Amino acid sequence: MSTTSTPAVMPTVTIAPPSPRRPLVMGIVAVVLGAIFILLAPADAPTTFLFNLGDPLIAIPDWEINSRIGATVFVIIALGFAASAWPINARRGSLALPAIGMGVALVMSFLCWVGADSKIPITGLLQGSLLLAVPLVFGAMAGVLCERSGVININIEGQLLVGAFLGAVVGSLMTNAYIGLLAAPIAGALLGLLLAVFATKYFVDQVVVGVVLNVLAVGLTGFMYTRFLSEEPDLWNNPPLLPTISIPVLSEIPVLGPILFDQNVIVYLMYVVVIIIQIALFKTRWGLRLRSVGEHPEAADSVGIRVNRTRFRAVILGGAVAGLGGAFFTLGSVGAFGREMTAGNGFIALAALIFGRWNPLGALAAALLFGFADNLQNVLSIIGSPIPSQFLLMLPYVVTILAVVGLVGRVRAPGADGIPFKKS
Amino acid sequence: MTTPPEEHSTGLSGSKTADTLHPPAELDSSITGSVRRTVLGMNFLVSLLAVVLALVIGAVLIAVSSPSVIEAAGYFFARPLDTVSAIWQSVSSAYSALFQGALVNLEALRAGELSRAFYPLSETLTVSAPLILAGLAVAVPFRAGLFNIGAQGQMAFAAIGGGFVGFAISLPAGVHLIVSVIAAMAFGAFYAGIVGFLKARTGAHEVITTIMLNYIAIYFLGWVLNQDWFQREGRNDPISPILSETALYPTLFGDGLRVHAGIGVAILACVVLWWMLTKTTIGFKIQTVGANASAARTAGIDVGRIWIVAMLIAGAMAGLAVSMNVNGTDKVVTAGIVGNIGFDAITVALLGRGSPFGVLWAGLLFGGLRAGGLAMQASTGTPIDIVLVLQALIVLFIAAPALVRSVFRIRGGSGEALSLAKGWGT
Repeated sequence: MSTTSTPAVMPTVTIAPPSPRRPLVMGIVAVVLGAIFILLAPADAPTTFLFNLGDPLIAIPDWEINSRIGATVFVIIALGFAASAWPINARRGSLALPAIGMGVALVMSFLCWVGADSKIPITGLLQGSLLLAVPLVFGAMAGVLCERSGVININIEGQLLVGAFLGAVVGSLMTNAYIGLLAAPIAGALLGLLLAVFATKYFVDQVVVGVVLNVLAVGLTGFMYTRFLSEEPDLWNNPPLLPTISIPVLSEIPVLGPILFDQNVIVYLMYVVVIIIQIALFKTRWGLRLRSVGEHPEAADSVGIRVNRTRFRAVILGGAVAGLGGAFFTLGSVGAFGREMTAGNGFIALAALIFGRWNPLGALAAALLFGFADNLQNVLSIIGSPIPSQFLLMLPYVVTILAVVGLVGRVRAPGADGIPFKKS
Repeated sequence: MTTPPEEHSTGLSGSKTADTLHPPAELDSSITGSVRRTVLGMNFLVSLLAVVLALVIGAVLIAVSSPSVIEAAGYFFARPLDTVSAIWQSVSSAYSALFQGALVNLEALRAGELSRAFYPLSETLTVSAPLILAGLAVAVPFRAGLFNIGAQGQMAFAAIGGGFVGFAISLPAGVHLIVSVIAAMAFGAFYAGIVGFLKARTGAHEVITTIMLNYIAIYFLGWVLNQDWFQREGRNDPISPILSETALYPTLFGDGLRVHAGIGVAILACVVLWWMLTKTTIGFKIQTVGANASAARTAGIDVGRIWIVAMLIAGAMAGLAVSMNVNGTDKVVTAGIVGNIGFDAITVALLGRGSPFGVLWAGLLFGGLRAGGLAMQASTGTPIDIVLVLQALIVLFIAAPALVRSVFRIRGGSGEALSLAKGWGT
């Protein structure tokens, strides 16, 4: 009977007004960056945006706009998105849409500035961004699987590398890229198996194992590369490329078609993998169990879930996903394997995982953003950019640091991420 | 129930026994009782067996990939002994080249050419110096419970400061070297200090921030190398001017051998840090924080400040490490000035179990492997990458003593695994 009085008390005690910090940060960012873009954009130069790639069925005319006017228009749009964050924040809604909208508008404003007197190929820019993001997305999905189950995966870089290696070697020996594509996840899973054994059987510090397995992956692939691949490249390192498969009708959609539906099979697999992981993690019993051993292994154990076995399987599965992504480096884009060709992509994937808050869709968005930053730097170096390329390349790492220190919203790792579980 | 608090409070568990000279004995015995039970000799044995096991696996790798073995295996059933002798030939020649390339050229020694005979040893010491110092940059934060993956970035950033002072300013010999090295240490300390500061103020996990800062530093160095005030005149590629003669470490045995005074600096740094960790209040605080941060906080230690101090020391060591290349062997700053030393340093610190003298021996071992690996690649064609494999395997086996014990069927020991970092969340 006494419970009747508690509801009246509860709200006043527990609920504080939402902090205005995040919309405030958004507003400041929009104002500061917007002012820079508008002031630096030349007043009397046109910026041209190109939308057609190749010879599309439906052509969109090029769009030409005065550099400063364009920059100003998009900054106003960005400010509108920033302003819309205030009421949403007040009722505790998600700020994802205003943030994305503001980001896109600011990027367009930026392009109006830097593209003055030249042409910006929008479709090519976005298509290249997606391609650069593919290994990042697979790597980040591997990270999601491992870390949601409570095992830190610093080893993504190595898993991508061995996937790229075995994919190229098997594809070359079989002269069939699809068989190579089947082999790549096996290599990643084997490295994942080592991580799983040391993390869940020997309880070795997971960051240590990850770092050391990266060294092992570089050493093994480098050794084999020198001994076999560079000795007889025609036999060992000459895999066919995966062909581009245009999806009928969909690939004819203007702009989006060539970006999303005129790709090779790895890109389509990426869509499938992200969707499956998102659904499996949050809508299935398997996913609930996996997340429970990552958040609170003692509780999971007490209801009969085998913590270390669940983690073991999740880590191996994660390794396989990363290995598949590694195949993109060889079978999907370059063909031949090269020494240390993953070049830090595994660590950008880790950054995407963290920036995406250990969520498949968040990690996907972060990976796409990082791919875009990378390709923007490529495009700008061609048309000539006022910003040094190095600073654009730093972007993923800077925003990840800002995310972990809490400037762009707090990130929170799974509760038991990195903590070995020993049943007593 | 489970014991994560104890497991994670032990810091670098193995180091407590490997380094018998540490002072906070009463603290250790209360917290890491289980660790104390492992016998010192047992640890050494496991380390030795880890090296042996790694060499055995490396031998298998060399054998199965050797062209002569593959050829002989083609007619194995006709003449099996050929395969056996090919295996022996490939493995023994590779390892003998590795060891001779790391220590002493026996043939030149017999011929009485001392300079050529001890060239390998000189190379080992030259390569080891930055490895040892960078190893210290990882080891000191270990003792405070932090995992510094950022030696690579700290070295790259420090190279900017040390290099600039080295080529842009003119000072008398000796003084110039010292000022340049101090500049490198200051730059490194600043860069590592960011990590400690962020950890203390916001709780940002140091593994994440150091990885990200590594890449930021490398791109920043790339940018600096393209600026007028840093790029060599008349060059378009990213390279700095050559450092003044006055800012270089003197070579120890003339110009024929590369070994320079830097190896002395590295040994001195080990002694100083050993003294600091074991004989001073700050060292005691670092070890206390590393053993159990919340207990240290309860005892009135400002944990955040200790984290910052540990990272400042680490960054200074990273600066010293890169000065071995900038002011020693390379004499210029390039984009590749750090090489892979910052990452190799992690394996050095792990093998050295976080103690300064452990790092010294580990640095010499891995430096020797690297110097010998180059000689081995040149004389037998065995790729130097085998050294990375050996390095990784040695550390893996040392990190999981239970695995080594089960392989060699050794009884006893607590089976304590290496545990340094905490979860992302904490």
